[in-house]
Amino acid sequence: MADINASRAFVRKEMLPEKTPPVAEAGALKWLRENLFSSVLNTILTILSVFVIYWILSHVTGWVVFGIWDAGSLSECRELRDARYGEGVSVACWSVLTDRWDQLMFGFYPSELYWRPILALLVFFVAIAPVLFDSLPRKMLLFSLAAPFICYWLLWGGMIWGPLAVAAGFALPVLVSRFGAGLLGPLGTTVAAVILPVLYWLFAAGPIAGALGSVLPIGITFIESNDFGGFMLAFIIGITGILLSLPLGVLLALGRQSDLFIINKFCVFFIEVIRGVPLIVWLFTASILLNYFLPPGTNFDLMLRVIIMVTLFASAYIAEVVRGGLAALPRGQYEGADSLGLDYAQSMRLIILPQALKISIPGIVNTFIGLFKDTTLVVFIGLLDPIGLSNAIRATTDWNGIYWELFIFIGLCFFVCCYSMSKYSQYLERKLRRDHR
Amino acid sequence: MATLSDPPSEGFRLSQLLYDTRYRSMTIQVIAFMLIMAGLIWLANNTVQNLAALGKDFDFGFLTTRAGYDINQRLIEYSNDSTHGRAALVGILNTLLVAFVGCILATIFGLFAGVLRLSNNWIVSRLMGVYVEMFRNIPTLVWILIVFAIMTEAMPAPRDFRGEDAEAMMSLFGTVAITNRGVYIPSPVVGDGALILGLVFLASIIGIVFFRRFAKARQEATGEQLPVLWVSLGLLIVPSLVFYLILGRPITLQYPELTGFNFTGGVHLRNSFIALTLALALYTGAFIAENVRGGILAISKGQTEAAFSLGLQPGRTMQLVILPQALRVIIPPLISQYLNLTKNSSLALAVGYMDVRSTLGGITINQTGRELEGMLLLGLFYLITSLIISAAMNVYNNSVKLKER
Repeated sequence: MADINASRAFVRKEMLPEKTPPVAEAGALKWLRENLFSSVLNTILTILSVFVIYWILSHVTGWVVFGIWDAGSLSECRELRDARYGEGVSVACWSVLTDRWDQLMFGFYPSELYWRPILALLVFFVAIAPVLFDSLPRKMLLFSLAAPFICYWLLWGGMIWGPLAVAAGFALPVLVSRFGAGLLGPLGTTVAAVILPVLYWLFAAGPIAGALGSVLPIGITFIESNDFGGFMLAFIIGITGILLSLPLGVLLALGRQSDLFIINKFCVFFIEVIRGVPLIVWLFTASILLNYFLPPGTNFDLMLRVIIMVTLFASAYIAEVVRGGLAALPRGQYEGADSLGLDYAQSMRLIILPQALKISIPGIVNTFIGLFKDTTLVVFIGLLDPIGLSNAIRATTDWNGIYWELFIFIGLCFFVCCYSMSKYSQYLERKLRRDHR
Repeated sequence: MATLSDPPSEGFRLSQLLYDTRYRSMTIQVIAFMLIMAGLIWLANNTVQNLAALGKDFDFGFLTTRAGYDINQRLIEYSNDSTHGRAALVGILNTLLVAFVGCILATIFGLFAGVLRLSNNWIVSRLMGVYVEMFRNIPTLVWILIVFAIMTEAMPAPRDFRGEDAEAMMSLFGTVAITNRGVYIPSPVVGDGALILGLVFLASIIGIVFFRRFAKARQEATGEQLPVLWVSLGLLIVPSLVFYLILGRPITLQYPELTGFNFTGGVHLRNSFIALTLALALYTGAFIAENVRGGILAISKGQTEAAFSLGLQPGRTMQLVILPQALRVIIPPLISQYLNLTKNSSLALAVGYMDVRSTLGGITINQTGRELEGMLLLGLFYLITSLIISAAMNVYNNSVKLKER
């Protein structure tokens, strides 16, 4: 055996240790070369971007970081700045935020009642949680149904009977269908279930609430809509608009896809007219023109008008998004639903809408983000949203001439809200993806 | 003997209207029609009553009466002796000007940002991502106000340009002055022979069109490729330049100059116009960037590989294979972004730019008290503009749609 081995020139018995890769092909250097300096053009772009970033940071960082947080007015801010950093150094004056924080958040809402909007926000979060994340117990949805009335009562206050009386109207169709079926027959029940609540809200709810209020005056201080402002206002208009515009938009989309001539044409007309005209024109219509269209002497809340307009506006956009989703479904889904013997409502509810809405999620969320951003436009008709308040703050002698701090703060708040909305929609898309492709 | 059972010969029952599919759609439509009509009549009736109570009528005669207010930014002749109709027209042209310039700028921004966001350069793609997310998630109004504040607060005053060691310098080789009162750019002065120059320019454009047709026919017939780009560029520039020199420079530029407290000469672009256009263009550009990115990503890699395997060069691949398919995805949302930009130009109110909403829908309404008529005209203007743009979009969509059989 030893001979055989000896006759061979060389046999390696053990593995060589691994060599380290060439310096340019490993670690940070490789990453740099591939991602930043892969070609002449890329190198130029990289240098340009680094320069841009450096230029911006060098101008902004000091201004932001050394900002002054403890002054009571802009002139005081400038004195503090001169004392701390020397004459003429440009630093931010963040104290406008600490000084006017309450106003930016709540407008002119009475300060001893700030717990109410905060509590309403908490109620909203608890109510929206089971809708957003389906790992939570389904029983919580019952609370979600009650939440709008609770939030309304907390925000505006007044007698508890008003919201209760309105909420009671939703119980009427249930009662009618349970107890009236034998008495009225199927046709009568359906008609009654639609008409009774409408009549109740129009004629009975007000007097009932008034009567109960005079017997049992349970309530909290009533706050005028004029006192609402700041981000609270933006949130109220945005959230209400979002919640109401989705169902309305879906109905409009179904109407536009429907075979019924009159309903189809009405929906097309409505959607096109609303989408063709900018929101700001609609808001002016709401503020100066609506009085012409209502019975003489009616005068209702500007904020309510704005919410209605914003809702109608967003619902037209959502209708178009949902229509895209409906059109994208293969014809076979509609035919499959028909061949199962489902009627229109069932096939829409069980087969078509779940799929169409899933496809339209990104578009719907984009519309919501647009709606929330558009709440800033109410400043033009005199509501005190964050931008309106920033104008009001700038008009006071203390803070005359302050721009950037307020704009940056407002922009940042909107960014956080809108960005988290778009992140949630991406999460939802991933969760609902069934990968048929 | 078979007995056929007769179909149940019950008469027409009322519940059939709702439960029988033969009648149901008719019932729903009739009810809907009656509700819509009732609503319209109610609205019209209210309006008539309210107008009567206020002692007003419904009349567009105010459009021919004297306006009596000044408009600082105008494209056509206008003075405060002109009519309200003329003021509305000035406003409409201002709106269209912002929309036009804004759309061009937004397309440029969006195209660059969208393509660069897909670049394999890490830092550039991140930078573009930051740009897109920042502009998409912060309201337009805030951006308009920020740009306006930058223009008015952070730019030098005209007097800073004065003197030997002035604090501020004119940009672009001393031709453009950026001040806190606006931007002054050189204006063209048309002299003798400018008409001939224009005709020459027009002729060279026609020449380019014919040359491209010829080159295409030639390629289809023989396979030979002509240097289309270089010839087109040459045709565009050389004849005009030659004639420009022969005719003795018929078109010259007048540069802005500092006289007294302000700049004179050149074209004065107001801050309101610049802030509005730039902010809208940056904002819409972020959305367009996402459309462009989506459009390019929508074309599968197999298309590129197939084109390469046919022997096409990268440039031709982009031009003949990728771009035509990507454009089909990009153009429809692009047009709706143009539409959004046009409608968002009504935010001019925030910076005091005199667009149609500020003239017709603002001062005219305040002076004449004709809210109903003014808002109606304003709405109609926006609606017609939108409908024209979307009609153009539909024509385009149909022309590039996949022809399925």
